[in-house]
Amino acid sequence: MEALGDDGQAAARRAELIAHEVSDAALVARCRAGDDDAWRELVDRFSRYVYAIAVQGFRLGQQDAEDVFQDVFARVYERLGSLRDDEAVRPWIAQLTRRVCIDRLRSGARESDADIDDLPELPAEDALTALEEAFDVHEAMAELPENCQQILDRFFARDESYRTIGDTLGLPAGTIASRLSRCLDKLRDAFEGRNPPPAPSGGQVT
Amino acid sequence: MSNYDHEQLSRLIGMLPPAPEAWVQAAQELPAARRGLDQLVARAEADAAYRAEVLADLERALRAEGVEPQPRVVAELRRLLADD
Repeated sequence: MEALGDDGQAAARRAELIAHEVSDAALVARCRAGDDDAWRELVDRFSRYVYAIAVQGFRLGQQDAEDVFQDVFARVYERLGSLRDDEAVRPWIAQLTRRVCIDRLRSGARESDADIDDLPELPAEDALTALEEAFDVHEAMAELPENCQQILDRFFARDESYRTIGDTLGLPAGTIASRLSRCLDKLRDAFEGRNPPPAPSGGQVT
Repeated sequence: MSNYDHEQLSRLIGMLPPAPEAWVQAAQELPAARRGLDQLVARAEADAAYRAEVLADLERALRAEGVEPQPRVVAELRRLLADD
């Protein structure tokens, strides 16, 4: 096998990072060592999650959500060294995001002289649990072939039309629905491979 | 028996839309921005004329260090120089 040059090695490291072949723990370790590519990937990996907690979980407006988003990643960057378990980066970021969202709601209430009882309702635990599940599904999506990742993300997460997807990916618009269906089948297999459904009740517990 | 049908999976995919690109980019550039800010502040601490130049035009000083002068970064620089 031909040895890679410096540029080739850097490109290979980037590709490995982007392909989610690097575990969360390894990514954190690289960030801590000052690897800017790893930091870019960490932000990319968790950006949707942080955004969703702020906007869907806590129902923040865009301006508050942007402040929360930047504040969360600034704190992650500053405090990565204090993370005790690198594998636990995801719950750590989730907790940090919740705390920053709550601080934002409280400071908004203080600025408007609202009573503490007038604080907007905090999200139900169910809503945040659903975002956890959504994150798991996106992680399973990362294991699918690139064309499936693209088509599922564009249609369901980016809300693009069949026509836009067809034009962008060079696919006949008439084939998009069947491709989506096939890709959802693959996703279900990948997701349930990672998170097996619970066994039917009645089994013996040992 | 599968617990997830197409409708559930598509709903879960849709729950995590991408964050605005500019937000993601700003967060990704954080390490470079911090390094640029640190260098700029260190130089300003050592050189009063440079400090005055920076204070006169924070955005230009940041650009000269290769840092995109986003409002958040400009505010951070202003705070650091005030603490200085």
